[in-house]
Amino acid sequence: MTQYQNILTVIQIHGPVDDGIDLPRGDSERVGSPRVSRLLGWIGNAQIGPIYLGFLGTLSLVFGFIAFEIIGLNMLASVDWNPIQFVRQLFWLSLEPPSAQYGLKVLPPLGEGGWWLIAGFFLTLSVLLWWVRVYRRARQLELGTHVAWAFASAIFLFLSLGFIRPLLMGNFSEAVPFGIFPHLDWTAAFSIRYGNLYYNPFHCLSIVFLYGSVLLFAMHGATILAVGKYGGERELEQITDRGTASERAALFWRWTMGFNATMESVHRWAWWFAILTPLTGGIGILLTGTVVDNWYLWGIEHGIVPPAPHVFPGVVDPAAQ
Amino acid sequence: MQLWVPFAASAGSLLLVASFFTAGWDAPPVESTQIGYRGSGMYLEKSVERQAALKAANVAPPAPWEADPSGDRAGTIYENLQVLGNLSDDQLNQFMASITEWVAPEQGCEYCHNLENLASDENYRKVVARRMIQMNQAINVDWDAHVGQTGVTCYTCHRGKNIPENHWMMEPPPANLFSQAGMNGVNDAAGKSSLPKAALTDYLLGDEPIRVHSLSALAAGTNSAGVKETERTFSLMVHMSESLGVNCVTCHNSRAFNSWDQSPPQRVTAWHGIKMVRTLNNDYLTGLTPIFPENRKGPDGDVFKVNCGTCHNGVQKPLYGVSMLQDYLDALDKKGPADAPDYSTYVPGETKVMGAATSDASPPPPAPGPGPGPGPDQAN
Repeated sequence: MTQYQNILTVIQIHGPVDDGIDLPRGDSERVGSPRVSRLLGWIGNAQIGPIYLGFLGTLSLVFGFIAFEIIGLNMLASVDWNPIQFVRQLFWLSLEPPSAQYGLKVLPPLGEGGWWLIAGFFLTLSVLLWWVRVYRRARQLELGTHVAWAFASAIFLFLSLGFIRPLLMGNFSEAVPFGIFPHLDWTAAFSIRYGNLYYNPFHCLSIVFLYGSVLLFAMHGATILAVGKYGGERELEQITDRGTASERAALFWRWTMGFNATMESVHRWAWWFAILTPLTGGIGILLTGTVVDNWYLWGIEHGIVPPAPHVFPGVVDPAAQ
Repeated sequence: MQLWVPFAASAGSLLLVASFFTAGWDAPPVESTQIGYRGSGMYLEKSVERQAALKAANVAPPAPWEADPSGDRAGTIYENLQVLGNLSDDQLNQFMASITEWVAPEQGCEYCHNLENLASDENYRKVVARRMIQMNQAINVDWDAHVGQTGVTCYTCHRGKNIPENHWMMEPPPANLFSQAGMNGVNDAAGKSSLPKAALTDYLLGDEPIRVHSLSALAAGTNSAGVKETERTFSLMVHMSESLGVNCVTCHNSRAFNSWDQSPPQRVTAWHGIKMVRTLNNDYLTGLTPIFPENRKGPDGDVFKVNCGTCHNGVQKPLYGVSMLQDYLDALDKKGPADAPDYSTYVPGETKVMGAATSDASPPPPAPGPGPGPGPDQAN
């Protein structure tokens, strides 16, 4: 019986578990013997494992764990090693970058930003090693490296905020703290200090691509689910041998908006929108404070601030009187 | 099997049950008032649910009676009356009755006075009260730009309590090497945010620059304020916003927070308010440090200090703009002698007279008359 599978994968086919292709010489063994989980099969592939950890993956996890520990222990220390306060205030706690007086000094005193620098170093190493791992796994499976480059775009934004821009500004105090609310405070303060990021055109672009990604994801996901009853979820087959699922999906969009993506081009749309979100955002960050110091005034000069009548005439700076 | 039916049914019933037994399923109603040009997001926002409680908590009590300003000056009748000597006997009694209700309604006169000898300064609270009266007079005379003609009385802050509910003290030094650098715990003074806790010390006691913006579009390399300085300013701003129960655009325009020529005029009032609070903390409260006993000081040994919430108590105009001062114009809207004595010489329980008056004869006050009475030193 044909049925929709809009929420869960209802029909799960259990066959012999698959170890995957043989790996070339020099690669590590895969870890864990594969098993089947009906529960996870509802939302994904029912087969769990084996996982390829390898040299890069192991090191990346170790470095990531070191960074995580440094951040967590600093937070715990900041509430005087009180576990109850640690849990209560967890969202408020933070590991702050050094203050401005230390500039780009390596290494400032541990309690005054030194730990932040060390944590950032290990976190960066961890992320970069994971990137190499993603790249190499793709090559070993003879795939394109699209996932790695998408990930690289996110890493570019991460490093722009925490490393490249502070380098350009000559000061690690400009970097983002490690903390849940504190990094949000940082974001708000960053926008306030540099004259309202709302008027930063690269910020605008980043938001367009972010919201665009959401829209594309919703449209694509909805389309594929909608043609699932015709086998539309087998997208790769539909790309090479277009069937009725593909035809109907294409017709739907051509009828509703006059244009339709194709089974393969919709993924290019999605990939570029996703890549451009952090890429344009990172450019906006790198320009802020280094080139542009007040985006509102920049916006006035370049005609992107709409003129508004003065509703409160006669207010002058009391300090200037 | 139609799997979605049991799933949808259980999700629906879970939500239904949860909505009965948990709070906050609707956004609290907000009353919005547009004050700026359309499309600029200039809306004053007020939480409707909070208004009833705020209205009830911010009611100005009436004066106990209307004081008769005629007759001999109190300074010629009573001993050791250093600041209020200009009042008539009836005005002094009316003010003393009021201040008791305002500050120590439960303890009564003896909270400050030795009932055997009302003139004696042996109770430290009397010395503090005298200084606070001087402070109150200074606010009403010198800080028109912030308090206007409405002015303040003791009640504006005290509200029937010995210590005003909203006060602050310095944070104890960090517990160890891994400091929070004065930030990133729950900051009660700034709306329970994680913004820097040092903001009140920096700006309402110290004189750190609050302004962080650059006034040129491109970076000239001359503005040393960074994101960390901005977080401190932001912390002060959230403190002000929370203390007054208002949102940012009450004072700032939504597009460029630093731009004065687009700001609502309230920002000028607030600017004077920051300066006023800083002056009060430095000139009046900090100076009293030797007088206060340990249990009236913070963990850092500093006296309790004022911030925006001390007077405002959650509303934009304290007591909704009702001027209690009008019933106490002679006591609190004119400056008496404003000098502070050397408080380090004070010995609790022993010092009978703390201040300028070294004998029972306080300086002869000038003749009563209309207009602000000049201080005795100026009169001579």
